[in-house]
Amino acid sequence: MLQILFDALSLGSLYALGALGIALIFGVMRLVNFAHGDVIAFCVFALLWPSTDAMAIVFAGQLPWYLLVPFVLLCGAGLSMLCEIVVFRRFRKANPATMMIASFALGFVIRYFLLMLFSSRPKSINLLPELSQPVEIFGARLPLLQLITIVATMLILLGLTVFLRRTRFGLEMRAAAENFSMARMLGVRANRVIMGAFALSGALAGAIALIFVAQTGTADIQMGAAIMLMAFIATVIGGLGSLAGAVLAGFLLGGASVIMQVMLPIDARPFRDAFVYGAVILVLLFRPQGLISARGTKERV
Amino acid sequence: MSAASPAIEPNLTTGTIVAKPPRPFVLARRTIITPILLALLMIAIALLTMMTGSRPFNQVIIDVFLRVILVVGLYVFIGNSGVLSFGHIGFTCLGAYVAAWLTINPIMKKMAFSGLPGWLIKTQMPYWEAAIIAAIFAGLAALIFGRILMRLSGIAASIATFAMLAMINTIYSNWETVTGGTSSVVGIPIVRSIWPYLIAAIISIFIAWAHAISRSGLALRAARDEPTAAAASGVDIPRERLVAFVISGAIMGLGGALMAHSIGVVTPDTFYLGLTFITIAMLVVGGMGSLSGGVIGVVFLSALIQTLRWLEAGVSIGDVAFAIPKGLQEIALGIIMIIILALRPAGVFGNREISLTRNRGD
Repeated sequence: MLQILFDALSLGSLYALGALGIALIFGVMRLVNFAHGDVIAFCVFALLWPSTDAMAIVFAGQLPWYLLVPFVLLCGAGLSMLCEIVVFRRFRKANPATMMIASFALGFVIRYFLLMLFSSRPKSINLLPELSQPVEIFGARLPLLQLITIVATMLILLGLTVFLRRTRFGLEMRAAAENFSMARMLGVRANRVIMGAFALSGALAGAIALIFVAQTGTADIQMGAAIMLMAFIATVIGGLGSLAGAVLAGFLLGGASVIMQVMLPIDARPFRDAFVYGAVILVLLFRPQGLISARGTKERV
Repeated sequence: MSAASPAIEPNLTTGTIVAKPPRPFVLARRTIITPILLALLMIAIALLTMMTGSRPFNQVIIDVFLRVILVVGLYVFIGNSGVLSFGHIGFTCLGAYVAAWLTINPIMKKMAFSGLPGWLIKTQMPYWEAAIIAAIFAGLAALIFGRILMRLSGIAASIATFAMLAMINTIYSNWETVTGGTSSVVGIPIVRSIWPYLIAAIISIFIAWAHAISRSGLALRAARDEPTAAAASGVDIPRERLVAFVISGAIMGLGGALMAHSIGVVTPDTFYLGLTFITIAMLVVGGMGSLSGGVIGVVFLSALIQTLRWLEAGVSIGDVAFAIPKGLQEIALGIIMIIILALRPAGVFGNREISLTRNRGD
């Protein structure tokens, strides 16, 4: 029972962090960033030396953990900011559909860039092997990694909350998320806030990449997309633009997946995802604005 | 309203409309030039292919026609309603499997799909009949899903349609006895002639045009541009959206059936995110609110992809053979798409249609 709870929490952590990365950017510039998944994949491959072999040549991954973690986070933040400067800055006035397709095209570019360097075969890498040892808590044997995932997510969420609530920059970001043009009129510098949102979102992508690689032990170009889709759904269910909603919905989705895996009859288990997506449609029907609807997103007439 | 303010807005009262009825089919006559020009473009491409007569090029052009069908199907819903749908490729998947169920040789079918009902295993029909049934089946599925989904709007609707696509994909990937699971379904008769695809593409263009100028299509476009005003003028937005959803679902189903016949193999993953995004990208690059934009977006991006593929395979200019490295094709495609969208955020055509006279958009 405890095992299920921890499974749900650690899967939910991944989704919640992903959803947060998407919600941050959506909040300040109404962009649904489809390239986010590819930023995650980029962070994973930043650990490796370019090669097309099946066995990965670990390069940056050999760093001790106190250097490794900042390195990956910086990679994510750097790439994300680069995307902003090179691409998204040109789309400030475009409608959301155009921005969405542009971000998709950008993700496409990043993915095939990785593909050129690393080939499409999934690679196995053994990152921080000491973390996969089981530990015993309350009579349940859990992988240490799962515990670390959950604790790290909690710390990140806590840190982000403090950052958004207590610092000037956080205040500016929240103001921009609520009413962008009003915030600008009151002296919030738009490009700086957007840049900050991209940096944070990229760092979150780096965190996801680390957790995911440590959990699965493989580096796969497609993996970012799978998390991104769930995160994207979580962002919408949570209420677009609402950070708390995104986190809540991420955990709910993770929980729903794990619980359905256990509860469904054996015959129906392969169809688990169909039930999860069905539940998503149901939630949207009852709360189309999301679980926690953000202020300022409702259209006024 | 007509009782309250006839003096202020006389042209809005029903009385004036009765007094001066519009000529019949005036809108149809004014706009029919657009589908005719697009159809001529398709025919020109087909004739060009006939003249070169090479096999691989034939297949390329068939792919272009198939994408035209799919993108026109998307346009009917996305273009007219303004709601971005990620789920339409699900209907393509349904259509393709219907084509597989109806056209594969009964003996092979008995082995591949043991879970199908007996009467379906025994049926085998020509591909065009199967394609029509596939379109009807996909349209019915769109009716059922649409009844639920069309109550939503904006980004919630987009996500819900995506959830629908993922549901269809999960079910078709795992229901082994009926769909063959994730393994490829083989034995679908292959149609190599380009004419059936050309005809289907032209038919879908005309259906899309007829829907766009119909009462329902006009009401839907009004709701896209001014939802509050349209609802206040008595437009039942969910209903008009449902009409468009069903029509576009049927077109996507037709496209799916023909796609199955063009390659002879179907798997659920053929009809998933990759196809979804490339078709949406073609529509958005061409201009989301424009039928011409959609069709020309397909032709343009397909030509671009093909050119890049040729370059990747290697071209010799004089004595120097040169080839761009593998993978650069996709990267170049992505970069060109970003540049086009940065220069023309509303797509190449925006909301306008091609026609012989100067037009002012709709």
